[in-house]
Formats: sequence, C-alpha cells, structure tokens
Amino acid sequence: MKAKVVVMPKKDVLDPQGKAVSGALHALGHNGVADVRIGKLIVLDLGDSISREHAESQVRQMCEALLANTVIEEYSFELEG
Amino acid sequence: MRWAVITFPGSNCDQDCVDQLERVLGQEVTSVWHRDTVLPEVDCVVLPGGFSYGDYLRAGSIARFSPIMKAVTEFANRGGFVLGICNGFQILLEAGLLPGAMQRNRDLSFICETIHLTVENRKTPLTRDVPEDQKTLSIPIAHMEGNYTADPETLQALESNGQVLFRYADIEGSVHDDHNPNGSLNNIAGICNAERNVFGMMPHPERASESILGGVDGAWLFKSLVNTVEEGR
Repeated sequence: MKAKVVVMPKKDVLDPQGKAVSGALHALGHNGVADVRIGKLIVLDLGDSISREHAESQVRQMCEALLANTVIEEYSFELEG
Repeated sequence: MRWAVITFPGSNCDQDCVDQLERVLGQEVTSVWHRDTVLPEVDCVVLPGGFSYGDYLRAGSIARFSPIMKAVTEFANRGGFVLGICNGFQILLEAGLLPGAMQRNRDLSFICETIHLTVENRKTPLTRDVPEDQKTLSIPIAHMEGNYTADPETLQALESNGQVLFRYADIEGSVHDDHNPNGSLNNIAGICNAERNVFGMMPHPERASESILGGVDGAWLFKSLVNTVEEGR
C-alpha cells in the first residue's frame, strides 16, 4: 500500500515561495494566475501486508508527529493499493 | 555555572558556543552528542545553530526526535534553563517547548548580517543584566528560516505575558518594518516560555561575545544566565 501525503501551508499563513512564484508567472505574462500556494508531496510505501484501517491511523500519526507542522501547515492523504 | 552544548548532525555553531562560554566567560562546559540519552548535571542546555539534518522536511523537525531531546524536554519541564540559538530555536519550536513556528524568510534569501535588537523584557534570566542605558543589542543573524509566525491567540498571549524578549529594530531601538529582516510577526527575534526557563532567539550571541569578533553585546545574555544561577545557589 502507498500513501500520498500532501502538506500545504494553511490558508491564512503567508506563503513566501508561492508569492515569489506568482510574481514570476505574472512576469511571464500569465496574468490570470490569482494565487500560488506551494506545498509538499510525500509518498510513503507501507508494504503489502498493512490493512487500510491500520494504514490510515499510522499515516495520520506520522503527519501529526513529523510530516506536517500543524501550527502553519495542513495535510491530507490518499491510500493506494 | 555548568553548561551542556548539544551537537546534532549538521550543527555548526556548537564549538563557537563552547569556545565563548569556556574561554571568554570561564564557564564549565560539556559537549553532548545528539545520540546520548542522558544529560550531565548542568544548569543550562544550549541547542546551537546550524543545519541539523540538512534542514530536511522543515528546519529542526528531525532533530527534535534525536535521542537527547527526551532528556532536554524533561530537563526543561523540571525548570532547567534551555537556550536555543537559531537552528536551536527552530528545534525548540518544532519540539513544542516554545510556541509558534518558523517560515522561510519573506524575501526567500539567506540573511547573514549584524542587526539591532530591542530588549523587550529585561526581567528574565536571559536579559536581566543588559545595561539599562543600552537601547539596543548589536548581534549577527544568519538564517534562511527566521520568519517567526504564530496564530493570533498565541501571539497575543506572548505579547501580554512579556514572553517577547527581542525585536528587530534600528540602532536607536525604533521597531518598524524597514528593519524587519525576515518578515517575523511583530518583528519578533526571540521569545521565552511562560515559565521563563526556555529561551529561543534567531540572533547569535556566541558570535558577539568578545570584541575581536566585532561586538560584546551577546555576552550580556550569557552573563545574565550565569548571574541568575550563581545567585540562586
């Protein structure tokens, strides 16, 4: 089973990287870009023997403890396989 | 006074701290490796600057799970003094020993320069002996992730409890956005916990503790801790 974890800056937190990329896209003429947010995609290989239920609780623990800093980031994940 | 300086893989200011404390300030210092699980008998633990674990994932996020951090957390919870400098501050935030979080500097560049700081609370064990007539401290910063942020309630609590220790300012001590190098909320450069035994600051006092390094303002902070401990005995 694989887990795809997406970590994003929270909506009300300033994202300096997103802001810089947004500015660069505007400079390239892509003026339709209203906003850019940059986060992380983390892919976890959990092996074949884990149950869906167990995987879900494990990944949630991993996100809370390490993968996201919930002061400034939010996370979501999908399980595959 | 007895100090422990922790070395994480990627720490690069640990020996600067050891040198300044031992040679300049005459302190008793033990270096502690991050894999150790027990702290020596000390009065203050320093988490030094650097790039622990290459700043992978987030600055400080992996170091906070180093084996020694369990002992550091217990030490802090017993009231022991803990001082996190730069990456050490980031580790304390990630460990939840101090509130808030660090983001990338607002202009996305690594900043290495000497800045001026106001001392917002001169009654803490880290700041009590900064001379009254000194409007600002001149201390270097060197970081990529020093943009301090916290939710509005946390920020309000920090401000009203006197937990904001230092703000980025001009040389006269006037605090405004032009002298905010990294975008930190309220120009915050250093904070402490409510109990006033855990301190975090982005500027490097160990790089400003003897005149040959260009300044001695950092030494006031170490001396404040030393005097606090010595008087308590």
